[in-house]
Amino acid sequence: MKLDILYFAWVRERVGKSQEAVDTNAKTAGDLVDELILRDEGYAAAFSDLSAICVAIDQELGDFTTLLKDCREVAFFPPMTGG
Amino acid sequence: MAARVQEAPFDSSAEMVAFQADVQNAGAVVTFTGVVRDDSGCLDHMFIEHYPAMTEAALQKFALQAMEKFGLEDALVIHRYGVLAPGEAIMMVATAARHRKDAFAGADYLMDYLKSRAPFWKKEVSKDHTKWVASKVQDEDALAAWSDAPKS
Repeated sequence: MKLDILYFAWVRERVGKSQEAVDTNAKTAGDLVDELILRDEGYAAAFSDLSAICVAIDQELGDFTTLLKDCREVAFFPPMTGG
Repeated sequence: MAARVQEAPFDSSAEMVAFQADVQNAGAVVTFTGVVRDDSGCLDHMFIEHYPAMTEAALQKFALQAMEKFGLEDALVIHRYGVLAPGEAIMMVATAARHRKDAFAGADYLMDYLKSRAPFWKKEVSKDHTKWVASKVQDEDALAAWSDAPKS
């Protein structure tokens, strides 16, 4: 399955990029993280504490158990600080 | 109802006048403007990042939720991104209702959602360091207080 991954704020800074296209067999957002952290230290640092990371799947907030079936875009970011 | 995400500054006074002029049947209009604060005295600027594909839809959803929950006549949300200097307006909300309690509650509700559920991230940039603003437990508590779920 091909999908785009987006990173924001300090997650983006630690990973070292804002966006990438991947081909993955991950079933959930958590599975996708498990694949990513094997890549290098930047990913491992970004995802070292999952309680500090939020997930959006196709622009809707989800969590690490959300299924990725048919999705096109997954985003990882810290808790939001708008307002 | 309108929700706008923009880099450019906005004129909160002009926005309020236009909002009020458009509203029918409202006896109360409440506006809130959030401003870049410089607690340390050495803030150079605030950088606000957002998730373009998601932001405007999220703001619209929250504004519609507020209108429905409090029976508002109208609601407006404006939120900026990019580089903002201390003292600049970051965002504003305006709500209109028949009575003031709903207008105040609607604005408060919208603010709580914008704080914790709208995809913006603030970074404070000073001369010698930068820091991503951390979310606050109190913000999550404020949001939970609006929930219809039974409280523990």
